[in-house]
Amino acid sequence: MSIKVLTLALAATTALAAPALAQDQIRIGVSIPAATHGWAGGLNWHAQEAERRIEEANPNIDITLVTADSPADQASDIEDLISVQQIQALVVLPFESDPLVEPVRQAKESGAFITVVDRGLPDESIQDVYVAGNNTELGSVSAEYFLTRLGDGDNIVILRGIPTVIDTERFDAFMEGIEGSGINVLDNQFANWNRDDGFEVMQDFLSRFPDIDGVWAQDDDIAMGVVEAVRQAGREDEMFIVGGAGMKDVIKGIMDGDELIPVNVLYPPAMIATAMDVTVAHFNSNGPVTGTYILGAPLITQENAEQYYFPDSPF
Amino acid sequence: MSVSAHEAAKPRKGFHLDLKTAGPLLALILLIILGYSLNPAFLNEGNVTNILTRSAFIGIIAVGATFVITAGGIDLSVGSMAAFIAGMMIIIMNGAVDAFGASIWTVVLGIGCSLILGIGAGFINGFLTTKGKIEAFIVTLGTMGIYRSLVTYFADGGTLSLNNGAREIYRPVYYESFLRIPYPVWTFIIVAIIGWILMNRTAFGRYCMAIGSNEHVARYSAIKVDRIRTVTYILQGLCVSLATIIYVPRLGSASSATGVLWELEAIAAVIIGGTMLKGGYGRIGGTVIGALILTAIGNILNLTDIISNYLNGAVQGVIIVAAVYLQRGSFRTGRRAKKPE
Repeated sequence: MSIKVLTLALAATTALAAPALAQDQIRIGVSIPAATHGWAGGLNWHAQEAERRIEEANPNIDITLVTADSPADQASDIEDLISVQQIQALVVLPFESDPLVEPVRQAKESGAFITVVDRGLPDESIQDVYVAGNNTELGSVSAEYFLTRLGDGDNIVILRGIPTVIDTERFDAFMEGIEGSGINVLDNQFANWNRDDGFEVMQDFLSRFPDIDGVWAQDDDIAMGVVEAVRQAGREDEMFIVGGAGMKDVIKGIMDGDELIPVNVLYPPAMIATAMDVTVAHFNSNGPVTGTYILGAPLITQENAEQYYFPDSPF
Repeated sequence: MSVSAHEAAKPRKGFHLDLKTAGPLLALILLIILGYSLNPAFLNEGNVTNILTRSAFIGIIAVGATFVITAGGIDLSVGSMAAFIAGMMIIIMNGAVDAFGASIWTVVLGIGCSLILGIGAGFINGFLTTKGKIEAFIVTLGTMGIYRSLVTYFADGGTLSLNNGAREIYRPVYYESFLRIPYPVWTFIIVAIIGWILMNRTAFGRYCMAIGSNEHVARYSAIKVDRIRTVTYILQGLCVSLATIIYVPRLGSASSATGVLWELEAIAAVIIGGTMLKGGYGRIGGTVIGALILTAIGNILNLTDIISNYLNGAVQGVIIVAAVYLQRGSFRTGRRAKKPE
């Protein structure tokens, strides 16, 4: 008899307590890749900044930020967020799209609101919100700038990132953009979004090609390496370099009127903060938020550089 | 009986050994011919200087790795260690610039700290392996993760950049030359010569080979196995520190992407050069050639576009395996084995 009462009482309390807890606190899990290169470092910094800002402004929001070193690692992270943290919303920037479909689908099936950032999932029905930079536009905006500076018979070299969809989208859009202009692409090589590789690949381009008018590095880490190689060869006056993403050192240089890197194209790691804000708005705002948000990839010039300058960010 | 048989076989073996020494050199010469035929710019003075300077990092680290591997150990932490030391040097030099302004002493301080950190890190690896009795693979896998995370942490996930004032003073260490040979190449040459003498002309080198071929026999022969082993790791740390000292002025920055996979490149250079991965036999000269081969492959791939970019890794793989095949002289052994006894 007493056991029965106890069980009933227990059941009643759990039943009462669980929803009460859930209503008090909205738990949001944020899963992103660890800071393995410059851009991801910026991503981590902006995610932490956003976590602090959002939690201060919204006492009902509890954000858990986890970082992963590999797709498999990230899959486990998401499982933990579902089972241990019992999240009501998941903001995820997938390491790679395909391997993370199932873990994110599980989160969706557990009832969580899903926000996918940057690298979209092949099955779009899983995501409620999609926030991304625009790789295609990064390529085409860069190409437009090259068209304003160069013309028929001018030579350029391209340093690419890591062979992935992101890189291919940028590259294809750029090639399409300069098609028919007579600009001659001497060669393209992968520099792995890495300064050292950018330096070495550019050194080799410099010894191979006596006439280079422009360099498209499509990433600022690579561009920093390219700059050193060009300086070493003493060929600064011969060419210009365009990177991409919006690294603070590069933006600062553009503000100061650097002629070697005159412009940049934005691909902001701060997009994670946008995604987190939109997710919070789903719980705290009366406006609808579901849908796709593609951020612009504007050209950063000396005139507008200041608004993209974050001196405290590590990137 | 067995002694005389051994002596009888010697002249033939001597010729075989000669080819073994020449194997890596042969591979390098073939590679140079290939590079030149694909693009004559390969042998321009500028490009040759680039290859030599670039190979200095891996080469110097690989000289240290030759000792570790010869004595039967392995060090997987060198790439992370280089990133960590580079990061600490930059932090310390930036701090010194803030406190005292930029001068030549800032750079001297940075170099001093680098040496201390390198020797310390090497000692930790050696101590844990010998006194802690943990396998070198596990110890250095652990320290590899620790150093990589530490540099990421200190850089806040981003990039540590050297203060511009200090950078201008330090820059010549990478970019300037003496007798038309850049300083990094001089460092590489000096490290290689000292390494060669240590390996081939001192008791220490012989002890390394003895420990690597049979630890127990070495111990019974009154060789202080633990001490010698620890010294090999300290030498490795010192080499990493020297490589970092010439690396930092190149880009003036360090991040979590610095030195990724250097450990594998260094080990590959050692093995291509003829040192046995299982220990007991070390060749400094071969290691130097191994480092040059690795750098030359990457350079040749950048100088040509007949091969799809996506296949770069495959080409590297084929050349590395072919170089070791030449060096092992397996084709010769095969032919000899067919001869009746």
